[in-house]
Amino acid sequence: MTLDRRDFLKLMGAGAGVSLAGCATQQTAAVGEAMSKSGGRRVVVVGGGYGGTVAAKYIRMLDSSIEVVLIEPNKQFVSCPFSNLYIGGLLKDLSSLTIGYDKLAANHGIKMVHDTVTAVDPVKKTVTVSTGTIDYDRLVVSPGVDFRAEELEGYNLATTPEIMPHAWKAGPQTLLLRKQLEAMPNGGTVVLTVPVSPFRCPPGPYERTSMIAMYLKEHKPKSKIVVLDANPDIASKPGLFRKGWAKHYASIIDYRKAQKVTAVNEKNRSVFVEGIEEIKGDVVNVIPPQRAGKIAQVAGLIGPDKAWCPVDATTFESKLHKNIHVIGDACIAGAMPKSGYSANSEAKVCATNVVAMMNGKETTELSGINTCFSYISAKEAISVAGVYTVKGGAIIAVPNSGGVSPDLSELEAIYAESWLKNILTEMST
Amino acid sequence: MIKTRKGWALAAGILAVSTTALAAPPSAEMLSNACAGCHGTNGGSAGLTMPSLAGQSKEAIVDAMKKYKSGERKSTIMGRLAKGYSDAQIVAMGEFFSKKKIHATNQTLDPVKVAKGASLQEANCSRCHLEEGREGKDDTPAMASQWLPYLQIQMNQYLTDQRKMPEKMAEKVKPLSKADLDALLHYYASVK
Ligand SMILES: Cc1cc2nc3c(=O)[nH]c(=O)nc-3n(C[C@H](O)[C@H](O)[C@H](O)COP(=O)(O)OP(=O)(O)OC[C@H]3O[C@@H](n4cnc5c(N)ncnc54)[C@H](O)[C@@H]3O)c2cc1C
Ligand code: HEC
Ligand code: HEC
Repeated sequence: MTLDRRDFLKLMGAGAGVSLAGCATQQTAAVGEAMSKSGGRRVVVVGGGYGGTVAAKYIRMLDSSIEVVLIEPNKQFVSCPFSNLYIGGLLKDLSSLTIGYDKLAANHGIKMVHDTVTAVDPVKKTVTVSTGTIDYDRLVVSPGVDFRAEELEGYNLATTPEIMPHAWKAGPQTLLLRKQLEAMPNGGTVVLTVPVSPFRCPPGPYERTSMIAMYLKEHKPKSKIVVLDANPDIASKPGLFRKGWAKHYASIIDYRKAQKVTAVNEKNRSVFVEGIEEIKGDVVNVIPPQRAGKIAQVAGLIGPDKAWCPVDATTFESKLHKNIHVIGDACIAGAMPKSGYSANSEAKVCATNVVAMMNGKETTELSGINTCFSYISAKEAISVAGVYTVKGGAIIAVPNSGGVSPDLSELEAIYAESWLKNILTEMST
Repeated sequence: MIKTRKGWALAAGILAVSTTALAAPPSAEMLSNACAGCHGTNGGSAGLTMPSLAGQSKEAIVDAMKKYKSGERKSTIMGRLAKGYSDAQIVAMGEFFSKKKIHATNQTLDPVKVAKGASLQEANCSRCHLEEGREGKDDTPAMASQWLPYLQIQMNQYLTDQRKMPEKMAEKVKPLSKADLDALLHYYASVK
């Protein structure tokens, strides 16, 4: 069951369709053979997601004499946050999770280039896109994650997600997973696999488990979901997830810790735990292990762990290449988890210091926040929150602050909706 | 394997990225920008249940943050966050948001309720909620243009003793009917 682009647009709902039509007439910066700078100063931002949009916006807000070029292949961005609610049936389409770039670009004078960066030359200070190269003085990279498919025997990046969706990048994959759940018979088995930490959104797999269980309980009560977690325990908010599952889904969720999936079999729609035990499912949601987005590899920004990009804790400048900053999921941000809120917060710290450095001014130490809300049921959510500072060159949580919700909360579910609205508005206006 | 190691060593060779010189401690802007993911850019909220901080008085923000920090004011999330800041940092954020223009909202409001609220505010609330709610006496928060759903959540918390009402405010609030109070909140939400 695959979805083509037309299906996808249809399913994204009417609202999305309208703004897409708007995009067609949108003016994008003309990239000729080369987009050389005409004397001024330029920052190029790669990736128009949670980190990149906000970095581009705040650089322009702080110093409108700096030209900002934002490069992103898609005309619309679909948010991963809240995509689990669609999978569970709480949202009828993805329109409330979909944003365009027109207003952001117009409000702040950001030049949009809808293309993919395929190479970075840190010496000449250029990035390569399909139509040529673009010069930069400083580069901000926020490409999100890529999959370490080589760690899953039998996993083919092109074909496997069409059979066993990851839905770890929102959009067609999200719709596919939902379609498969809808098509599954009552009494079927869903298998969800959680990769080793660190991965994008530590509570994400468990929120998804909750949302799928909610759907099964209501529509396919004879079914169950088996969670194979490579980690020694639930990687985020373990106490609260357990409490929520015991309250609502005791007979539906079969959670198994320390079960590392090392191989998949497309034909059998199955996964192998430690290469031995084969587990089949009617719907199999394989979330592969992750590393920084591909362009970070290509640009030589990945560190000795071969997965993530080491950066300075104040400026987010790469420890491997001067004048290149990495934010969001792709970077190693110490105690700050790989979340949309972290990416938003890091983007502002990075923007502040990029502008300071370009103006020869003193940099400012990081002060950051993370919050992740997770829905447990249609009306209840939980959250984790943290405030971050720098100590000895590393990002740490401010002692005696932050933490998790005391209990499942209806009020948190209400506030979470406004959180989404605000953070997407920050990114798109 | 060896090749990758070498590649890494090479990359480390180019590295030469200077460790940054001493950075200044977080400015008011650095601190406050981190709040904007929830409260909106510069504190102007687009989410109906999330309060705008833009144009809120410094005293009201500082008072709220200190009460969140100590646990005196109940919250879902602010208590956990407020504990991450020193009193001086809280004052700096209060100052930052108080200097922003009030976030004018365009809410769909029942005009009958708005009119009724307008007729009640002078006698009941204006002693502390000054200038049609655009300002507040001492640490009284501004309410002009604040999102109605947020104000309703707060009023409900006062009435159910989840948030402690100032005694003098309680004297005015307690005699009013729920409908009158809701009309007052409609009125304040409508003020531009
Ligand atoms: C199911 C799920 C639920 C989640 N829920 C939450 C939540 O509730 N709260 C929360 O805070 N976080 C949540 N997250 C995490 C959040 O989605 C990520 O942490 C966040 O998107 C990271 O931002 P980013 O900028 O690093 O990457 P992204 O937001 O993924 O943006 C990367 C962008 O870069 C573009 N790009 C990549 N390569 C190139 C290239 N070579 N050239 C040009 N453009 C490129 C991509 O097209 C993409 O638009 C969730 C994640 C998942 C999967
Ligand atoms: C995760 C989202 C989130 C973040 C981040 C956040 N807030 Fe809040 N804020 C809330 C919510 C929700 C409330 C309502 C109280 C509650 O339940 O926590 C609130 C209420 C407030 C209030 C009370 C407003 C009023 O008029 O009653 C103030 C002041 C405030 N926040 C300041 C801040 C400051 C300063 C920061 C940054 C340090 C911040 N907030 C960061 C979500 C957030
Ligand atoms: C004696 C002064 C006083 C009077 C009179 C008064 N208030 Fe208040 N009001 C305050 C103060 C002080 C606060 C903040 C107190 C706290 O920390 O909870 C407040 C807070 C509020 C809030 C919460 C706003 C927010 O952003 O969190 C609402 C709603 C409110 N008042 C409504 C009213 C209404 C309606 C009236 C008239 C019926 C009224 N008040 C009369 C002093 C007053």
